[in-house]
Amino acid sequence: MSRLKAHLESIAAAGEKALGMFITSGFPDLDATPDLLRAIDAGGADFIELGMPFSDPLAEGIPIQRSSERALAAGVTMRQTLEYAADFTASSDTPLLLMGYGNPVMRYGIDRFFEEARTAGVQGVILPDVLPAPDSPFFRAAAAHGVDTVCLVSPTTPQERVTYIDELSSGFVYAVSVTGVTGADKGDAKPIQDYLRRIRPAVSRNALLVGFGIRSAEDVASMVAETDGAIVGSALVNLVAACWDDSDLSHAQRLERVEAFVRELKSGTSS
Amino acid sequence: MSEPTLTAVLPDERGYFGEFGGSFVPEILVPALEELNEAFLTAKQDPAFQACYHGLLRDYVGRPTALTYAERLTERLGGGRIYLKREDLCHTGAHKINNAIGQILLARRMGKTRIIAETGAGQHGVATATVCARFGMECIVYMGAEDIERQQLNVHRMRLLGADVRPATSGSQTLKDATNEAIRDWVTNVRDTFYIIGSVVGPHPYPAMVRDFHTIIGEEVKTQLHEKEGRTDPDMLIACVGGGSNAIGMFHPFLRNTSVRCVGVEASGEGLDGRHAATLTLGKPGILHGALSYLLQDEEGQVSLAHSISAGLDYPGVGPEHAWLKQSGRVDYVSATDQEAMEGVQLLSETEGIIPALETAHAVAGLARLAGETDPDDLIVLNCSGRGDKDMQTIAEALS
Repeated sequence: MSRLKAHLESIAAAGEKALGMFITSGFPDLDATPDLLRAIDAGGADFIELGMPFSDPLAEGIPIQRSSERALAAGVTMRQTLEYAADFTASSDTPLLLMGYGNPVMRYGIDRFFEEARTAGVQGVILPDVLPAPDSPFFRAAAAHGVDTVCLVSPTTPQERVTYIDELSSGFVYAVSVTGVTGADKGDAKPIQDYLRRIRPAVSRNALLVGFGIRSAEDVASMVAETDGAIVGSALVNLVAACWDDSDLSHAQRLERVEAFVRELKSGTSS
Repeated sequence: MSEPTLTAVLPDERGYFGEFGGSFVPEILVPALEELNEAFLTAKQDPAFQACYHGLLRDYVGRPTALTYAERLTERLGGGRIYLKREDLCHTGAHKINNAIGQILLARRMGKTRIIAETGAGQHGVATATVCARFGMECIVYMGAEDIERQQLNVHRMRLLGADVRPATSGSQTLKDATNEAIRDWVTNVRDTFYIIGSVVGPHPYPAMVRDFHTIIGEEVKTQLHEKEGRTDPDMLIACVGGGSNAIGMFHPFLRNTSVRCVGVEASGEGLDGRHAATLTLGKPGILHGALSYLLQDEEGQVSLAHSISAGLDYPGVGPEHAWLKQSGRVDYVSATDQEAMEGVQLLSETEGIIPALETAHAVAGLARLAGETDPDDLIVLNCSGRGDKDMQTIAEALS
């Protein structure tokens, strides 16, 4: 069993729910990422997804699009992102995942990427535009190097495909809350809870976590009722952008706000 | 993986042309693409659908389009006999409507009520807005903010036709970004929305489907050439390539006859050492907009900004079937600069009284360079994919 999976199972065994946090690598500038990862960790995140910026992120809403543009303008590279990961995992046991798109991974070299990710202590990789398939070069390389591949399911996914995705997924299964991009307005909780209740029996091998459009501790509390945990990304990216654009705040104050926001979200997992 | 041969039926069942193509999309779209593929395969075999499609091509689009012998261009270039396949005579002024008609019929068959599209030069946007008006359907067209500026005429046309033209303001604000926005819209509204993609790009089954809705171009060439010259197959076919829909539509019925030389002309913009859009010439394999194909990108796998004076060729990707045809060596891909394209506009205008679109002008420029390699009894067909009215402002500025 992978460390990520064991970690999520131990949280579930304790009757708790997990909180995953997403932040874009190199955003808002190259110096910020190591401190942000530590602040998110200190706030109580159960795992962190570090976003690998891409010029054409077609599953992202405006906040993560803008954060990617800003990180690329700052000059972040894949090598730099792997270094951030290595630095973080050297000092924390909190699982770190990388999330991004297929093309930068392909350009870096699929096998080389997963090998170096493993060396950097990365537990899992999420690539929303790479569909699960047993003979996919991405999935083969990930398996060969012992990196989990977290696959996504959505409200449009038929039940039998949810089962198939659960079989090919490792680490956990990522349920997209609504048909939409990241940061979308998720609307009423009720239809999402109905959908999560429908797919839950089909996800038997992995933990089921939900993300997209989750912004507050209340959102987290309503979304973890039918799952093993929730993932927050765009709301954190928005907060970071606002703090770094506020010149009245010191670096330490910015990081305090991030840590406090994560702590607040984490309170939603234990209500 | 065994190499497919030219006689194989491509793409394979997963949408691959050799190593290119496939489906690289968010999971949300997977059921929609499967549903689309099934609807398309069923419609292809359905005589009622075919009758409706071909009836509209005849009575609404004005097909078959003429095959015009270009007597003075032939004399000027001093090689083989040049024919022009007159897609510029299609309703709306370019070949794009062949595909828009096919896809909107599929959308109606599938019970979708809302149509979205991306557009670069605006020709596909106009074609989509036109068929939406014809069938009374809601139409949203995503267009890069920069393209809205340089293709004002087509923006006015789309709005008159009732379309909601939405500017894409991210990234380079051109076709690439308009396509991102259209995909994000589709991801959000997938249950009632049909995405009419305008070229042989995107996830499976789009590259095959768009191709099949354009092969009427090559099929008509066979019939018309036989009537005029007594043989169906020419010695050379030449067409411009952005995404590659007009080129594949003309080439496809001839690919198995390897004695027909096929030439695709990309846009090399300011030149291959400057800003350009020569994806097959200088790109590397990569994933964009749902498919694996050639891609203009940097060492980090970030997509590069393309440049061409022609908005319709200003795209850093290319259809995956073209990537396969390049790799297999079946089609030659060359390029023409902005300057050469402008000379192509003048050449066709002055010799034949036909003002071509800037996209088409790249094919004219490519032919001007290659015609000398042909014999006087060779037959050449150039796909005159669109008319130049939409580009008059750009042309006037460039020539002033």
